Amino acid sequence: MRLSGRNLRCLRGGREVFAGLDFDAAAGEVVAIVGPNGAGKTSLLRLIADLLTPAEGTITLEGGDSEMTVAEQAHYLGHRDAMKPALTVTENLTFWAEFLGGAPADPAACIAAVGLSHAAALPAGFLSAGQRRRLSIARLLTVRRPIWLLDEPTAALDLASQRVFAGLMTEHLATGGLIVAATHGPLGIPARELRIGGET
Amino acid sequence: MSVLGALIRRDIRIAVRVGGGALIGVLFFLTVVVLMPFALGPDLALLARLGPAILWLGALLASLLTLDRLFTADHDDGSLDLILMSRTPLELVCAAKALAHWLAAGVPLIVATPVLGLLLNLDGPATLAVALTLLAGTPALTFTGMIGAALAVTLQRGGLLLAVLVLPLSIPVLIFGVAASNVAIAGQLSFSTPFSILCALSLASLVIGPFAAAASLRHGLD
Repeated sequence: MRLSGRNLRCLRGGREVFAGLDFDAAAGEVVAIVGPNGAGKTSLLRLIADLLTPAEGTITLEGGDSEMTVAEQAHYLGHRDAMKPALTVTENLTFWAEFLGGAPADPAACIAAVGLSHAAALPAGFLSAGQRRRLSIARLLTVRRPIWLLDEPTAALDLASQRVFAGLMTEHLATGGLIVAATHGPLGIPARELRIGGET
Repeated sequence: MSVLGALIRRDIRIAVRVGGGALIGVLFFLTVVVLMPFALGPDLALLARLGPAILWLGALLASLLTLDRLFTADHDDGSLDLILMSRTPLELVCAAKALAHWLAAGVPLIVATPVLGLLLNLDGPATLAVALTLLAGTPALTFTGMIGAALAVTLQRGGLLLAVLVLPLSIPVLIFGVAASNVAIAGQLSFSTPFSILCALSLASLVIGPFAAAASLRHGLD
């Protein structure tokens, strides 16, 4: 499987964020998008997720499920965690497992994988920023999707959680997945850098 | 179907939890109706004559009150991004969300109507008529209101804009809803004529609403 973009140009609010951008990501590989604030790291992820439309250029996926779009085969982990404060951790995750469809894994096992079992019955509104992030990461595990689009995935995570997350990413890559991550810090696993918008 | 079922269950669950919209709508409805006799005075005949209109206005405003969070809540916490990326057609998602909103916020208004009818000196049959027209008409309010909610999704304080956008669209529903109730009470004309038109308005908005809301969500996203 190979995800590639050619000659991408992105406009936000009439202003050009980047132009002439090429990237490639193959199965089993991590592409780390690095660059200064405002360089368009998030915009690139949202272009891939089909949440933004490129002004120019194309994004293609070779070797995926030809019946589905790139977005339908991708998990997107954004700044916002898509979890409802009024629902418990288990309810939130069960909803996403059912909504994302396919053959969902057991939500309890996913919660255990990110070390949130002790908070499973707690409303998500009571979680700390790091715990909420871990809950979002658990969502990536509920339904198997080959492409992971991660926006600052390690933000707010403590060192132990970063190691757990690195393990989960390694597992995903080993089963033929690919990861595109926008990041400022190290991801904890070997990654190929894609630099946009000059030096940091 | 299980996907939409999951969405409906989640939305209803959020609405009935602390801070959800279901109870707030009913309380607002109660407040509006209770204030009316104080403003109009203790003329029982006048209250009975204006009763259906007051109940309908109260229900209309109460359903608007919670409608602005329909998509904004999902937009603010990033759920909307994931919903847009999913395989489920956005039109069906919109329809499911509106249905959930109606079940959580619209049905309690209808259930509360008989109690509030007492405060307005409406007798049993009249209250029943108003409840029946609300049952037929509130889906139209929710499904046309959804279009406004989808348009206002990216705005920070879209609630007021929502009211300005949606209230003109709900005028036909209001006219025929109140007309059907009055006809049922006064009994000079056939009840079925305005009631059929009310049902038709609801059915039309059930079809148009999801498509219009989905189109404006897709267009407005950035």
